[in-house]
Amino acid sequence: MNYHWNWHIFFEPSPNGTGTYLDMLLSGLMVTIVTSLAAWVIALATGAIVGVMRTLPSKVANFFGFCYVEFFRNMPLLVQLFLWFFVLPELLPHAWGLWLKQLPNAPFYTAAIGTGLFMSARVAEQTRAGINSLPRGQKMAATALGLRTAQVYRYVLLPISFRIILPPLTSEFLSTIKNTSVALTIGLIELTAEARAMQEFSFQVFEAFTAATVLYLLINIVVVIAMHFVERRVAIPGYISGK
Amino acid sequence: MRRVSGMGLAVVVAWFAAQAPLGEAPARADELSGTLKKIRETGSIALGFRDSSIPFSYLDNNQKPIGYALDICYAVVDAVKKELKLDKLAVELVPVSSSTRIPLLANGTIDLECGSTTNNPERQRQVAFGHTHFLTATRFISKKTNRLDTIEDLRGKPVVATSGTSNIKQLIETNAARHLGINVIHAKDHAEAFLMVENDRAVAFVMDDILLAAFAVGSKNPDAYVISSDSFSKPEPCGIMLRRDDPAFKKVVDEATSALYRSPEGPKLYDKWFMQKIPPRGLDLNVPMGAELKHEFANPSDSSDPDAYKVM
Repeated sequence: MNYHWNWHIFFEPSPNGTGTYLDMLLSGLMVTIVTSLAAWVIALATGAIVGVMRTLPSKVANFFGFCYVEFFRNMPLLVQLFLWFFVLPELLPHAWGLWLKQLPNAPFYTAAIGTGLFMSARVAEQTRAGINSLPRGQKMAATALGLRTAQVYRYVLLPISFRIILPPLTSEFLSTIKNTSVALTIGLIELTAEARAMQEFSFQVFEAFTAATVLYLLINIVVVIAMHFVERRVAIPGYISGK
Repeated sequence: MRRVSGMGLAVVVAWFAAQAPLGEAPARADELSGTLKKIRETGSIALGFRDSSIPFSYLDNNQKPIGYALDICYAVVDAVKKELKLDKLAVELVPVSSSTRIPLLANGTIDLECGSTTNNPERQRQVAFGHTHFLTATRFISKKTNRLDTIEDLRGKPVVATSGTSNIKQLIETNAARHLGINVIHAKDHAEAFLMVENDRAVAFVMDDILLAAFAVGSKNPDAYVISSDSFSKPEPCGIMLRRDDPAFKKVVDEATSALYRSPEGPKLYDKWFMQKIPPRGLDLNVPMGAELKHEFANPSDSSDPDAYKVM
């Protein structure tokens, strides 16, 4: 292979005048982290609500939850981001559309909300699975104790089911982080976009993507360790894990 | 652990093996090295093309790559055939993008990149370029109704450029140096950037003037757009890209391109792609050859310095 390796490239000034190439990648990493966190908060909150709706006795709530999940999980994330970014402003009244288009940081908001909603469908399915995995007797016993439906969920079903689905939720969190890289297609300058820009400016393509890979690996390892800690912390002795 | 270090050693050895032939100058005329050797052994040459760099390198209605840069590459292919005294030389066409062109060139999947890659000193540390086939300055396109012509007119407005291009770099630099407060929007590719101007997400799109001309001509309403007279850069050279440190192959490429530019075929080739209707939609870019490029065709050069192309 005829390739000129240059690992010192990270310490050379980048052409956009804001520091070195390393600074460029780190600023991309910050954008990735902030976007992922925002998207994950949205995914978790919306997903939990929709997941609960799918297990409620109400037919209407069930149907709404069903439509929501199928809408968001059956379309590629890329297409969804394009819809939010390019199509939505055209459907709104002209003045609103224009305001939306010229909003500063529009790619960030679109990416956080778009990725968040996409991931929320997956969180909803796991919440539903978690609740449904509990023995029917739990709900019946709670009702027999005189709890209202909201209380049954709040005090009996959700605390246990969330503990059950914690490991798959960790995977979803990791997916959220990685999925934010799709947002480079709507102009979000996150880690992958900065790596691409770096290879375009310097032509050191392998160094750029190696660095991006290592940084993705690092944030994901941090998340895995943190979630492991959370799992240990909330575990109920004798239940589920049984340790 | 042993396996890992063994693999590491293999990589190092392979890397040195790949580097080794480059250091040796061809001792005898019949002893080939580098790309020419590979071409003789495989009987084929691989050209990388872009799918939408109109009119340099793009796909026509039959999904066949065509363009100004490809025609120049075919002239090089003929020269290689003559140099190696081959009866026939198979031409492989490989699609490349801005992210894949370097790895594919480095690992030998393509031998030439036929597009409109800007030749600059940073890139020359990684690759080599054939003689400049076009010069382009960075300007912006906007809707006529917005009445924007100078860079100063963009003050405080949303302006789009394609991420990872030298153009966005110039926009960011100018924005910082002149305190213009431009809200720089990054687009994934040129088509998306132009779309942003079309639907008013941005007031202007900063790009190579020739590509802007192609977008304006190809748009729904070509008369609605205007390209600025102000430019962000001097006219910058674009060339055919090839592997670095391969003097024998570079010589063939240079000789073929100089011969083409200096012959009457050179200006004719330019006219074919820039002054006449081109496939697939029969659009006419109507961009006459500038004084700098005329001068360059008479004195072919692969310099990355824009000042080298200045006409006295």
